[in-house]
Amino acid sequence: MSILLYKVALLMYAAVTLLSLVAVVRNRKNDRSRSRLFLLLAFGVHTITLTVRYFEAGYTPVTNLHESLSFFAWALAGVFMLIDLQMRMQVMAAVTSTIVTVFMLFGSLMPMQTQDLNPALDSFWLPVHVGLAFMGNAVFTVAFVAAILYLIQERMLKSKKFSALHYRLPSLETLDRVNYRCLKFGFPLMTMGIISGAVWAESAWGTYWSWDPKESWALITWFLYAALLHGRLTVGWRGRRAAIFAIIGFCFLLFTFLGVNLLLPGLHSYSTMAG
Amino acid sequence: MDIFVVGLSHKTAPVSIRETVAFAPEHIGTALAQLKQIPCIAEVVVVSTCNRVEIYAAADQGAQGIEAVRGFLARYHNLDAEQLNKHLYAHQGDAAVRHMFRVAASLDSMVIGEPQILGQIKDAYAYAVEHQSVGLIMNRFLHKAFSVAKRVRTETNIAGNAVSVAFAAVELARKIFDTIEGKTVMLLGAGEMCELAARHFVNNGVKEVLVANRTFARAEALAQEFCGRAVLFNNFADHLHQVDIVLSSTGATNFIIHPEEVQQALRQRKQKPMFFIDIAVPRDIDPRVNNVGNVYLYDVDDLQGVVSANIDERQKEAVAAEAIIEQELLQFNSWVNSLEVVPTIVALRQKMERMRRREVEKTLGQIKNLDEQGRKAVEAMSQALVNKILHQPTAGLKRAQKDAAAQPYVDALQELFELEIEPPEQGEMKQMDLD
Repeated sequence: MSILLYKVALLMYAAVTLLSLVAVVRNRKNDRSRSRLFLLLAFGVHTITLTVRYFEAGYTPVTNLHESLSFFAWALAGVFMLIDLQMRMQVMAAVTSTIVTVFMLFGSLMPMQTQDLNPALDSFWLPVHVGLAFMGNAVFTVAFVAAILYLIQERMLKSKKFSALHYRLPSLETLDRVNYRCLKFGFPLMTMGIISGAVWAESAWGTYWSWDPKESWALITWFLYAALLHGRLTVGWRGRRAAIFAIIGFCFLLFTFLGVNLLLPGLHSYSTMAG
Repeated sequence: MDIFVVGLSHKTAPVSIRETVAFAPEHIGTALAQLKQIPCIAEVVVVSTCNRVEIYAAADQGAQGIEAVRGFLARYHNLDAEQLNKHLYAHQGDAAVRHMFRVAASLDSMVIGEPQILGQIKDAYAYAVEHQSVGLIMNRFLHKAFSVAKRVRTETNIAGNAVSVAFAAVELARKIFDTIEGKTVMLLGAGEMCELAARHFVNNGVKEVLVANRTFARAEALAQEFCGRAVLFNNFADHLHQVDIVLSSTGATNFIIHPEEVQQALRQRKQKPMFFIDIAVPRDIDPRVNNVGNVYLYDVDDLQGVVSANIDERQKEAVAAEAIIEQELLQFNSWVNSLEVVPTIVALRQKMERMRRREVEKTLGQIKNLDEQGRKAVEAMSQALVNKILHQPTAGLKRAQKDAAAQPYVDALQELFELEIEPPEQGEMKQMDLD
């Protein structure tokens, strides 16, 4: 049941991507509100998917790669819609829904069946730790999208050669503000994600920190974002530099999220391809 | 009834011709009165602006009306008809309606999407109403043109991007700062161009204006005008870090702002972005300033480039606007045709009903011993027959009403059945719109 729902959600996200791209190209108000409505619907179906899977499996569905990708895509769509409430940015909607769709598609290629829960994961900390970490990741992904768009818009303003995108992209200040706001929300989430992980590790493995690859890479990523936040608050890093940092941070984040699981075996290897 | 237009515009006539053909506002009344005198013209509107002079009218015969208006224009302005005709264009039917819609939606303007023309057409309509030269058709036509123009403005981005240098600067600022509200502007020099641009910025919500000029008195005067404050020209660099936008147009022969000062200012303002607009020739600001991070420098040529990019962008939007116009044209045509179709159908049905009634009465008078049931049967049969016969032609006419194909059918029916059509009143037409 949840697998079928998942496929429906995937198709709906694909439709949203298409609609929002059309909305960018045509730049009409009707198109924009239609794509927004569809995103809400797709997100609703996806929420039902996760709920159904939660009851089918009997645990929070974040234990293998398929589930992780699905949950991450859901968090990303949710976080984006929250930001979109305040600042309507059609180009961001198009790029974000593309990313959501790609993650969903990737997730549909993984084994999708529910399995018996690995006893090591049977804990109250599972939803807390993974939930916080993934929310943080989702927020930083939005920051990444804003950063890419910032660099494109900045390039055009500096070189004075405008493509059609110039007219559709938000102002530099808006994009920079998205970057900052995401950092303000994403950083505490990520920090709490790491701390909750350490607390869980202490109760499960008897040690707060064991330097397994996921932990190490998460720490590196955390330091990057910490540096950016520090730079912003003290010496007024902003604009281009902040955008580049957000992009580098996202690369590390993506590696911590996916690369580590696929390439570096360690304590966090529950969520490999095999599940 | 045909709608037609005769006129000239910036596309067909140089200003020397346009100014001789233009009607001053105080003369439009006389012109309308004279045009109304022309027998074949039923309704008329005169649009006269500095870029176009156009006479829109409804006439029984479009071709005849066009010739009459051409003659009128030459006579009224004492011009040689042959000379004038070289610049005049004339459209009738669909082409005339489309032309009006395009003009009203500012697709035919010198600068596409500029909104003034709509106001000018509204004025022209007001004159026509005042002088009672418009009726059923022109009222509807003009109102339709206004609504088409409005649809084009709201559904396309045709008026979206600035096409003047001063406005382009404001729009660029919006792409850098999101909003200009609460920003601070510094004016260097007090050129006319600079003042104009500053005014645009102030109208869009700039918080504070600083003015620096070599003559301090001039700076003070200008500052007063913008409720800003004047600063000494020699000290302007000390204020750089306080301002977000710098508008420069001094008569200096060398650069007065260099990357070093800008970098210094940026450090002081914690890298908050700055926007430099250099409208001086020769330039005031070293072009290398553009290489400083979070700083954007535009000179006159850059702004001109932005303007032409914006015009291209409007041109693209015009394609969508043309599609809207074609849609509205179909709708309007349907209405114009209904003016003839609906009364024709009504007249045809009335005529048939009269014939039916006469024949039924005749038949019933001949058959004496028919009971109530039999009478009803004859009545019903005759009604059914009329309805069956009329059903297909009526449906066909209503279908044809949607495009220009209706006219020949209407003419044929009127001719063959010798129908007499009463022209509909305004109130009746409103009802006809409903279906």
